[in-house]
Amino acid sequence: MTISIKHRLIAVGLAAGLSFGSAHATNITGAGSSFVYPVLSKWAAAYHDKTSNQVNYQSIGSGGGIAQIKASTVDFGASDAPLKAEDLKQFGLGQFPVVIGGIVPVIHVGNIMPGQLKLTGKVLADIYLGNIKTWNDPAIAQLNPGVTLPSSKITVVHRADGSGTSFNFTNYLSKVNADWKTKLGFGTTVAWPTGIGGKGNEGVSAFVRQASNSIGYVEYAYALQNHMAYALVQNAAGRYVAPDSNSFAAAAATADWKSAKDFNLIMTNAPGPDAWPITATTWAIMYKRPKNAANAKTAFDFFKWSFEQGQEQAKSLDYVPLPPPLVAQIEAYWKSDFRN
Amino acid sequence: MSSLSATDGLIVTRAVDAGSYRDARHDRWFRRAMLLCALLVLAALIGAAGATLWGGHQALSTFGWHFFTSTTWDVNAGQFGALVPIIGTLATALIAIVIAVPVSFGIAIFLTDVAPQWMRGPVGTAIELLAGIPSIIYGMWGFFVFVPIMSETVQPWLINHLGDGTNDAGNPTGLGLALFSGAPIGVGVLTAGIVLSIMILPFISSVMREVFLTVPSRLKESAYALGSTRWEVLWDIVLPYTRTAVIGGIFLGLGRALGETMAVTFVIGNSHDFSTSLVMPGTSIAATIANEFNEASSDLHRSALIALAFVLFVVTFIVLAIAKLMLRRLARREGNG
Repeated sequence: MTISIKHRLIAVGLAAGLSFGSAHATNITGAGSSFVYPVLSKWAAAYHDKTSNQVNYQSIGSGGGIAQIKASTVDFGASDAPLKAEDLKQFGLGQFPVVIGGIVPVIHVGNIMPGQLKLTGKVLADIYLGNIKTWNDPAIAQLNPGVTLPSSKITVVHRADGSGTSFNFTNYLSKVNADWKTKLGFGTTVAWPTGIGGKGNEGVSAFVRQASNSIGYVEYAYALQNHMAYALVQNAAGRYVAPDSNSFAAAAATADWKSAKDFNLIMTNAPGPDAWPITATTWAIMYKRPKNAANAKTAFDFFKWSFEQGQEQAKSLDYVPLPPPLVAQIEAYWKSDFRN
Repeated sequence: MSSLSATDGLIVTRAVDAGSYRDARHDRWFRRAMLLCALLVLAALIGAAGATLWGGHQALSTFGWHFFTSTTWDVNAGQFGALVPIIGTLATALIAIVIAVPVSFGIAIFLTDVAPQWMRGPVGTAIELLAGIPSIIYGMWGFFVFVPIMSETVQPWLINHLGDGTNDAGNPTGLGLALFSGAPIGVGVLTAGIVLSIMILPFISSVMREVFLTVPSRLKESAYALGSTRWEVLWDIVLPYTRTAVIGGIFLGLGRALGETMAVTFVIGNSHDFSTSLVMPGTSIAATIANEFNEASSDLHRSALIALAFVLFVVTFIVLAIAKLMLRRLARREGNG
């Protein structure tokens, strides 16, 4: 707590110094992940009010964001999947997490209420593999004594487009189900063995709401805003915790960031007892030796301001701000690895 | 006085000469400008085909013919086969045409021959308005209104009567046709085909209506005078007279059905699983490109998607070539007969 207050004071001082120091406003551009677009644009608007610096973010998808930063047409890229160490090294790039969000399995089965159905990661993977075909399969029934499960076929819904949501979801499934790992692996899209594809979070949630006996996965905010029933997923510590900002933050706090070089760590299946197992982050990607130093400086200032002052904005959109120790680690990384 | 008039005449002749030279020059420029316009279209076509071929050559050279015959589309393993989207594209377009052509024919006949005069204008305009609705609207309508109807009524009926449906005792109730077997999810190839058919209806029916109106009334009246029924007049007089334009209208609709992206993406289910059933989800070429291009991070994946675009070019070209061939054969038969 004291650390965070001290941090905020320093940040306010720095921000004030910088905003008085820069005589005219700069324009910086970023591109990439659509997952962070809502929060980045909210931050950008608030940051613009404070500093008159303009941050333009194009939500073109992680793949596009990576391509644009590699071509140096933008000041920062944003990707839902971390770049590998060799890629970072080859292009002289660095990356750091920006904000945290959760992915929840949403269901539409009879009158089952949000949080009533319990699944283990392995069972969830077996449903998506097509090994478990009906809701009253013994594997599901065994986890849910007292819940009335229909004998209907399960309609599996996945993302049709490549997405960071799928990346983290499949990454989790490959961590908890060996069969999944060998057959499908993980990525922004995989060779889904069964089910129908919806375009975007809205496509998946619309399919699940419409088709009975269906299961899908969406960002937490979509499940919340659409009042959808979600299933609990057993975490690495063997517990069933509710998906909310606390359990997402717990996942971020217990993930082993300290030993992850360039923050190359996927947060799924985090070890903490209160952690939600399918928690995700988005990485900002920037040049360690930027060509346009002034713009890079503004970009760092923007992220610094967002991490320290933008927490309320993030929370209002159902994202989880980075925990203070992680922010401290990121700021240390900026000092040690980036020129400025 | 006389010399003056002679000079006058000379001036006039010169003026005429200069005028005609100018006219000729303008004519030349006009011809060149028109040629340029025509060449521009040709260049754009060849350029687009060439660019997609060039962009897709990595995938095409990696997989060869396998690209067209494989059903595997595994981004992580780097295996790309286009058979499922190709079949999905052709199947949805075929369903659309099979439904849209007879219905359009009915609409056109109704509007030109059957409907009372006061009705023709408003209904005709309504159909043309349908053509102006953006495809995303059809997609949303299909998704929110039509898909539930399919999953609750149409698909269960098809599966139970024609497919692999079973009763409560587990005995088969249907004919077991693979084409109609599966689970009633609502989305699928058949759903996409039906939505497409509604989308292309106005194109085909408005072309048909326009050309049916061009049939000289004395031809029709002569046939009626000889005792023909309404159907005989349509089938033996109106249709042969307008055949070329009608087939042109059908292929215009087919072209739109083959390339339609947004509406299909909403209702086809976007699944690369190979299925022989029309009630199961599939995917089309355009839907695959729209879904995956944004996040295609590997070069091979991007190349495979551009190669898909090239395939769509080729498919459309083949379809149009067949149309031209059919028209030519019809014309020749007419000449011989």
